[in-house]
Amino acid sequence: MPELTVAQISEQMRGAVDRVMTEGALYDRDLAALALKQAQGDVAEATFLLRAHRATLRRMGHSAPIDFSAIRHDRHISATVKELPGGQILGATYDYTHRLLDFSLMEEAASSPLPEEAVSTSCAPPSSRCCDRLAGEGREPEEAPVDITRVPLRPPYGASETLGHLVRGEEGFLTGIAYTRLRTAGASHPYVEELSAGEVEVFVELEDIGLTVSVGDIEVTACRMVAPVLDGRQSHLSAGFGVAFGANERKAVAMATVDQALKSGLDPDLVLGHGDGVEASGYVSHLKLPHYSDFQADLETIRRLAGDD
Amino acid sequence: MTETFAYLDEDSKRSVRRTILKALAVPGYQVPFIAPEMPIAYGWGVGGMVVTASLIGEDDRLKVTDHGSDETVNAVNIRAFFTRTAFVATTTLTREATLIQVRQRVPEAMLAEGQVVVYQVPRPDPLRAFVSSAGEAARMHAAADYGRVYTRLFEERTGSGSIAQPGYDYPAMVVGRYLMSPSPIPKRDNARLDNSPAIQIFGAARERRLYALPPYTRVESIAFEDVPFDPGYPSDGRRCVICGCTTSHLDHLLLKDDGTSEWVCSDTECCAERMEEAASA
Repeated sequence: MPELTVAQISEQMRGAVDRVMTEGALYDRDLAALALKQAQGDVAEATFLLRAHRATLRRMGHSAPIDFSAIRHDRHISATVKELPGGQILGATYDYTHRLLDFSLMEEAASSPLPEEAVSTSCAPPSSRCCDRLAGEGREPEEAPVDITRVPLRPPYGASETLGHLVRGEEGFLTGIAYTRLRTAGASHPYVEELSAGEVEVFVELEDIGLTVSVGDIEVTACRMVAPVLDGRQSHLSAGFGVAFGANERKAVAMATVDQALKSGLDPDLVLGHGDGVEASGYVSHLKLPHYSDFQADLETIRRLAGDD
Repeated sequence: MTETFAYLDEDSKRSVRRTILKALAVPGYQVPFIAPEMPIAYGWGVGGMVVTASLIGEDDRLKVTDHGSDETVNAVNIRAFFTRTAFVATTTLTREATLIQVRQRVPEAMLAEGQVVVYQVPRPDPLRAFVSSAGEAARMHAAADYGRVYTRLFEERTGSGSIAQPGYDYPAMVVGRYLMSPSPIPKRDNARLDNSPAIQIFGAARERRLYALPPYTRVESIAFEDVPFDPGYPSDGRRCVICGCTTSHLDHLLLKDDGTSEWVCSDTECCAERMEEAASA
């Protein structure tokens, strides 16, 4: 069997590469693809490899806040209004696909020229948010973003700290937490106000020379949710935000749902303290290590309490 | 794609049909059922699709709407699925349809005897908004113990409690016995469930529950004798930008920069009919 190349993974396993970049917190398609190759497709393991590599890189600083209204949309939808500023762009999604195995893929495809791009992605005007007047952000702006790799997690949790932990958070964990909120929500149910995917430019401020320079474009998926908070005259819409590298709507929507839920009473210790996939899988795996002495001590306690010695 | 008519195998369809018969025999009661996997994601109408797949025959004529519209991507997609797997004729006209699968709306056109309306349901148990335990909710249904629901409604009325029910998915009592989720339809649509000549079936695949209303079933939105149910008609003078209708249920189309809104009929069939009538008048 010929060996899989990193380029093949990068080009043809996009979902896995995007997820590893997001949870690995490093925007590098080639290294994420390499991690997936080395980990034989195990996403948790590949994320771990990329995180470990990231820790060896020198910290240069942080970017200017990304202007998500300037995304060059490949996809732009809203579930709250039929038309939204900037236009609805359906774009590529698994949403409406019929999940049927395509047996034609069993055969090796003859190489064919790539189809020409059907939609121009560079002409959509920047969008603006629809419900800003109703949905306050509910958080105080911070001076500088918190680098969660340098600042230990402890309450109270600031906005950028919360978003940092959520964006690196394990996708399945966040999806599960979001699902529990949806199933037990009762009267309140969040809405996708705006979901955007596409390329956006990243800028860095160079304080020494007083310039802001572009360091390149990244692909992102961003989601803004709003949820009704019903409380007499204080009733309002509460917003949540989710974002992921590449094309990953499940992560962006789950993260935005959880971010909003954190403002409506969801326990931040539960979410921020347990959402990291590398930490969680490490600790769960450690149960395979020898535990002879603590097990023996527990056994003796059981015998003593059960009165059988 | 598959060789089976309407995707599901015949044994699965028969088991779903048995559940439907039981549900029709006990109106409003949530019957547990094994919803077979469909190749569409949960949350996108699988409960409705399982019911439709189990009932549909070659002679049927299918109408599918999502939020009142025949034209939304989800409605088009579900219709295309049954066109591909069951080769059935489809329509956008309620009067021509034998099977009508809907999400979030009851058709505004008149329904007739012999028709079946299939609802997609995300949260089949209305009590789950009031109690967190599924076991406790089942006990309350069994004992027709709905006191807590009325207490919350009373507290909401007196302003001493939080909002018990939103403007959609407003619980209804079926033949005075079972409290039922009408699915997330606007609460004004609850009146259309009552005494309908059509059979109405509610499928919740993810939650594995199915319930039904036989024709001419009494369905009442919960209320008090001296405080009647408020259907929640808007009072801001909104009108459809296409047909000008002010009485039909309207969807928010656009919030303009000046802060004003545009509205459009959610039921595309009735909107188109009004436009045709206006053109021929």
